[in-house]
Amino acid sequence: MTTPLEVSNPHHIDSPQQRKWQDYFTFNTDHKVIGIQYLVTSFVFYFVGGFFAELMRTELATPASDFISPEFYNQALTLHGTIMIFLWIVPAGAGFANYLIPLMVGAEDMAFPRLNAIAFWLTPPGGVLLLSSLLVGAPQAGWTSYPPLSLLSGKWGQELWIMSLLIVGTSSILGAINFITTMLKMRAPGMDIHKMPLFCWSMLAASALILLSTPALAAALILLSFDLIAGTSFFNPTGGGDPIVYQHLFWFYSHPAVYIMILPFFGAISDVIPVHARKPIFGYRAIAYSSLAISFLGLIVWAHHMYTSGTPGWLRLFFMATTMLIAVPTGIKIFSWCATMWGGKISLNSAMLFAIGFVSSFVIGGITGVMLASVPLDIHVHDTYFVVGHFHYVLFGGSVLGLFAGFYHWFPKMTGKMFNETLGRMHFILTFIGLNLTFMPMHELGLLGMNRRIALYDPQFQPLNQLSTWGAYLLAISSLPLVIGVFWSIFKGEIAGDNPWNSLTLEWQTSSPPPILNFDTTPVVVKGPYEYGHNHSSVEDVKLIDAPQSL
Amino acid sequence: MQGQTVQDSSIILGEHAAEHGHPDHRLFGLVLFLVAESMIFLGLFSAFLLYRATLPVWPPAGTPERELLLPGINSLILISSSFIMHRGQVAIKKNDVSGLRFWFGLTALLGAIFLAGQMYEYFHLAFGLKTNLFASCFYVLTGFHGLHVTFGLLLILMVLYRSLKNEHYNSQNHFGVEAAELYWHFVDVVWIILFGLVYLL
Repeated sequence: MTTPLEVSNPHHIDSPQQRKWQDYFTFNTDHKVIGIQYLVTSFVFYFVGGFFAELMRTELATPASDFISPEFYNQALTLHGTIMIFLWIVPAGAGFANYLIPLMVGAEDMAFPRLNAIAFWLTPPGGVLLLSSLLVGAPQAGWTSYPPLSLLSGKWGQELWIMSLLIVGTSSILGAINFITTMLKMRAPGMDIHKMPLFCWSMLAASALILLSTPALAAALILLSFDLIAGTSFFNPTGGGDPIVYQHLFWFYSHPAVYIMILPFFGAISDVIPVHARKPIFGYRAIAYSSLAISFLGLIVWAHHMYTSGTPGWLRLFFMATTMLIAVPTGIKIFSWCATMWGGKISLNSAMLFAIGFVSSFVIGGITGVMLASVPLDIHVHDTYFVVGHFHYVLFGGSVLGLFAGFYHWFPKMTGKMFNETLGRMHFILTFIGLNLTFMPMHELGLLGMNRRIALYDPQFQPLNQLSTWGAYLLAISSLPLVIGVFWSIFKGEIAGDNPWNSLTLEWQTSSPPPILNFDTTPVVVKGPYEYGHNHSSVEDVKLIDAPQSL
Repeated sequence: MQGQTVQDSSIILGEHAAEHGHPDHRLFGLVLFLVAESMIFLGLFSAFLLYRATLPVWPPAGTPERELLLPGINSLILISSSFIMHRGQVAIKKNDVSGLRFWFGLTALLGAIFLAGQMYEYFHLAFGLKTNLFASCFYVLTGFHGLHVTFGLLLILMVLYRSLKNEHYNSQNHFGVEAAELYWHFVDVVWIILFGLVYLL
């Protein structure tokens, strides 16, 4: 909201103005407030989603159903998946994008600040709506909600799930419109598109995917809604409908969704690694363009989720080929990150530890991804714990570790305080051990034949399941240093200063936290964002920002 | 939206907006929004085509013959309204506000006739929402498009209302007019594809 206080003297702010805490609870159009709002909201849902995961893992500690009922297990499973995807990783990515994009491209704010606030304020109601389904019997059909299963188990819980997804989907589309417009139209003078930080490139790729694929999910959900409420039979075989059509529409969104969830953190890593390795990024254009390649390929791989849905052989072959092809741009990124670190002056702080953790666990998820792309193996392990292990390495080992790397990297910018390194490193060690302990045994369980999504299992699987459950408890404990660290650092942390990491990207060239309109004067960019280690590496020598010039 | 913000702050801080007016990105944003919109329609159309391709008989046995006269006239009305609407934008570019009102008023009328015609068709068709898969597709696709026509109509009425305010639109500043027109053309193009799918295919 534009109040006199906020816009008074917008271009010559001598001291950084601080936001009042009340601002974070209002319909505020400042992208930095909205970024924090997204991040806090998504972290809350991370703990809610994690709580459901712990319930499931506790139930799975023994083969019998002795902790929660099988029905509630199904509900916890559905809520866990839906929350972690739509209310944790996706909005957390939007949070970083909101906070960072205008700062990184040297703009005052997003292109459409009010639309931006609307996009955020759709998220909490979406989450509340989803959780309120617990009151009427939460959905039990998993986050994929395939019909006819989703038509059979509790009409109103399923409908609330649909409504919630339509709302957060709209939010994510509106956000994407803002990100694309800001990056393409509002870059500071001198910043041609090849001087844009790689986080922006990957958000450009992710936003394009959001724009092109999320609507397909909306189409599927509208039709599913009609089947549920009006009794039509688009997806109901008893009335002549075809459940496969739902699967096509659903995966046309939900496979790209995987890239929507990983691309922002590919970007975060590309910004974290060169700063903490004090080296120029290896292969700037290769990383930038491979994001776009992932976006494009991501749109034509969806049916690899449907090898067992009666998909004809030639179509399986096509999707197998495109899916394996996606390993190429991803591999380019992995090698570029490793080459950036190679011979660098690496400081192993929390951000860098999480970045390295990200690269190593994402590689495991990537390799099992290529394995699953191959039709014969996929048919063998379809719907087993092998798949669960695979996508948790991608989404937890990939997205979440990348998210934490970005979190520790930009925490000083967002709060003006340094994060307590001891607690940050403890968080990393516990998370990394917990993650591998939880998800590694799942691969073996899957190969042995344990089905996913079922509360009961054969006693032979118990030892590995118990290992996995202990890992899940360790992951729960790993949140403690994180939460304590956040509060300790905000209240007692060392003052960060403008640029504690000596980073060259624009967001570090303003105060921490930045003033309300971001920069005292419009920045003019004269160098690329990653030119570390040339002659002198200090920011002053590089003169990223020149004398003030007006637009 | 953006224009409003600039206005607000220029009241508070006279020189700010004058110093450097924010470039207007709203039309670009709207185009991105329409990309997303067209993907929803594309999703629904693909579902329709998948049914069409996989079912042995289409439309399923027992579907009454589709009457083409009323929807044909309706299509002509909607398509011609797009051309009529464009004259409104031509008028405002010459600072002719009354011309804008006339052509947009006529477009709104044609849009309302289209919606009325569609309602008439709904009440007189021999099949209902749940008759068979074709019928369900028919109602959901045309209904979803009808919602978009309704929304476009509201946009036009909003432009008409704003044009009553003194000097709201002029030859330089008429984003609302352009946005409403772009949206209406979009809805129109979707209808042409939709008509081909549900009435002719």
